[in-house]
Amino acid sequence: MLEITNLHANVEGNEILRGVDLKIGAGEVHAIMGPNGSGKSTLAQVLSGNEAYEVTEGGFTFLGQDLLEMPAEERARLGVFMAFQYPVEIPGISNAYFLQAGLNEIRKSHGLDELDALEFRDLLKEKMDLVAIDHKFADRPVNEGFSGGEKKRNEILQMAVLEPKLAILDESDSGLDIDALRIVADGVNRLRSPQRSMIVVTHYQRLLDYIIPDFVHVLWRGRIVKSGGKELALELEAKGYDWIKELVPAGVAEDEG
Amino acid sequence: MSDSKNTANEKASFLSDLDQLRTVHPAWVKSIQTSYAAKFAELELPNRRMEEWRFTNVSPILRTSFRTAISPGAPATEETVAPFRYGNAAWAELVFVDGFFAASLSRIPSGLIACNLAEALEKHTDRVEPLLAKQVNGTANAFNALNTAFLQDGAFVHVTADAVVPAPIHLLYVNSGRSTDSASHPRNLLILDRGAKATVVESHVSADMGARYFTNAVTEIVIGENAALHAYKLINDSNEAYHLASTHVRLERGASINSFAISQTGKIIRNEIKTLLDGEGAHSSLKGLYMTRGEQLVDNPIAIEHAKPHCTSWIGYKGVLDDKSHAVFSGKVYVHRVAQKTDSNQLNQNMLLSDKATIDTKPLLEIFADDVKCTHGATVGRPPEELVFYFRTRGMSEAMALGMLTYGFADEVVNQIGVDEVRERLEKFVFDTYSPIPG
Ligand SMILES: Nc1ncnc2c1ncn2[C@@H]1O[C@H](COP(=O)(O)OP(=O)(O)O)[C@@H](O)[C@H]1O
Ligand SMILES: [Mg+2]
Repeated sequence: MLEITNLHANVEGNEILRGVDLKIGAGEVHAIMGPNGSGKSTLAQVLSGNEAYEVTEGGFTFLGQDLLEMPAEERARLGVFMAFQYPVEIPGISNAYFLQAGLNEIRKSHGLDELDALEFRDLLKEKMDLVAIDHKFADRPVNEGFSGGEKKRNEILQMAVLEPKLAILDESDSGLDIDALRIVADGVNRLRSPQRSMIVVTHYQRLLDYIIPDFVHVLWRGRIVKSGGKELALELEAKGYDWIKELVPAGVAEDEG
Repeated sequence: MSDSKNTANEKASFLSDLDQLRTVHPAWVKSIQTSYAAKFAELELPNRRMEEWRFTNVSPILRTSFRTAISPGAPATEETVAPFRYGNAAWAELVFVDGFFAASLSRIPSGLIACNLAEALEKHTDRVEPLLAKQVNGTANAFNALNTAFLQDGAFVHVTADAVVPAPIHLLYVNSGRSTDSASHPRNLLILDRGAKATVVESHVSADMGARYFTNAVTEIVIGENAALHAYKLINDSNEAYHLASTHVRLERGASINSFAISQTGKIIRNEIKTLLDGEGAHSSLKGLYMTRGEQLVDNPIAIEHAKPHCTSWIGYKGVLDDKSHAVFSGKVYVHRVAQKTDSNQLNQNMLLSDKATIDTKPLLEIFADDVKCTHGATVGRPPEELVFYFRTRGMSEAMALGMLTYGFADEVVNQIGVDEVRERLEKFVFDTYSPIPG
């Protein structure tokens, strides 16, 4: 489904991704862990098409198509979705209106009929129940005045409505208490399907108690330095990220930075 | 550019029409008119060498020989006016066609003291005489003086003590499009006695969006102790129209004004509001939205005078500027030495949709009291890329994102409007203007 090869990317002239290789098959859930600043969000932004990030080498394909030259909106229509680590607030535009417009753009690109406001309302309510969001959030401006946890849940709601083929969840667990974490994880688990792949970016192992990944990768200084099964997350938890540094071939830790 | 040279030429057509003015006003009104006609003849016409008009070039108005009709033309038909009504029979509606009151098209519920000014000069002399032309005095520019010199028609509303007017009062100014290069000088006087409450909606529209005309309006508003006025002004003139207006508000102890000024269409618009907080605990909230396109020029000069302690004032204007349009905003706050505990805030936010659109925005604070809180801020820009990207990750194009963000920006003002009919009509205007039809 997604194949990343030797991906290098810069932000404001600094090389952040330094050769990422990753293959994700249909229906698989891959966790990406790593200390702060290792490039997890950068990877998520690059995959989603944020033009502030410049790909300098390598690339990636999704469903066999080269995504590099494709604008963000076309990637979204193809089925790429990112739940932002820091969702922005959109003044004056209601959650419902925003999502209806997005969903209809995606539907149109697949030759499907647009949903009218009533049809969309029904769909939205059903999805809101799925992620335990109060219906009153439908008419509130997108993310405005939402608590940190509400913003994260709102991202999962958007995923539930847009039904992507590849979902990239960037620290959807950070800042959540255990109840909110369960709600987010439940929502995500219900959306797991053989047709939908997921990249779950997290800093802590905790989330992976609820969303059980098929694979775990450790990203450090812009490279995947270790991959394994779900037990890798537990090992990381027990030994800490310092352990990773010892795994890295000598020289890599010092050569750039 | 060609600033006015203040030649007699530019005043000539106005002066000759003033000579024709043969209204049958009482002597005290005639003397006001005469003295302001003299003032107009004396005063320098606004030009860009004057600080208050530095960014606002009104020479196109002065170059056109606008003629002021001295008496009403043939009556307008209901069809001309109907599209601009709000369709709620509970509202009072005072309709003015080409500057003249149209009684047959107006509706004044019994119990409400409202009529055209000409009638009020005769019937309500005791209330009108002490107030008329008193709020503008001293601060008048040449156009204000001209308005007073022509003083003959406009709206008079008097809400008596503790009365609550149950539905909005609509002052509807319609240009019929029947004559070209016509000028009108609407003059309004609104009085709210102690404890009174009212909502006034003033709209300026044209039956012909290509008609060229000049509206030179002056409104005086006196709000008594603990009285509250909600005032909406909607400028939806023709695309060739010129609209200059000055509103002078005086607030007594505990009185409040909540004003919304919305500029939609018109070639040159200058909508000045001056508020005098003249009693302790008075409150002035002035909000506005200007949406400029083509080569429009829209100027919103605001001036707040804190003359007594414990008053609050809020100025919040937003602008969306497209094409080669130009907007000007100034927020002047003057705090007298005695006006301790003044709380005054202002914010002017502008969204520029085109590289060729320009905004001149400036706050001006003059504070002579020491225990006050005064803030000001202004922003100019495009929607941040970060926001646009968020839309794009949800499948929407950049154009769609910009349209929705612009709609959202403008709607933040519109959705605060408390009169449903006005809010809904404006929301539609804003939506139709900015939100791209998807597809
Ligand atoms: N938009 C940006 N502008 C400048 N620097 C950035 C930007 N995004 C990320 N970075 C830098 O890139 C590095 C990796 O950041 P990020 O991808 O956010 O890491 P992570 O998500 O793993 O914590 C950090 O050093 C960060 O400061
Ligand atoms: Mg991150």
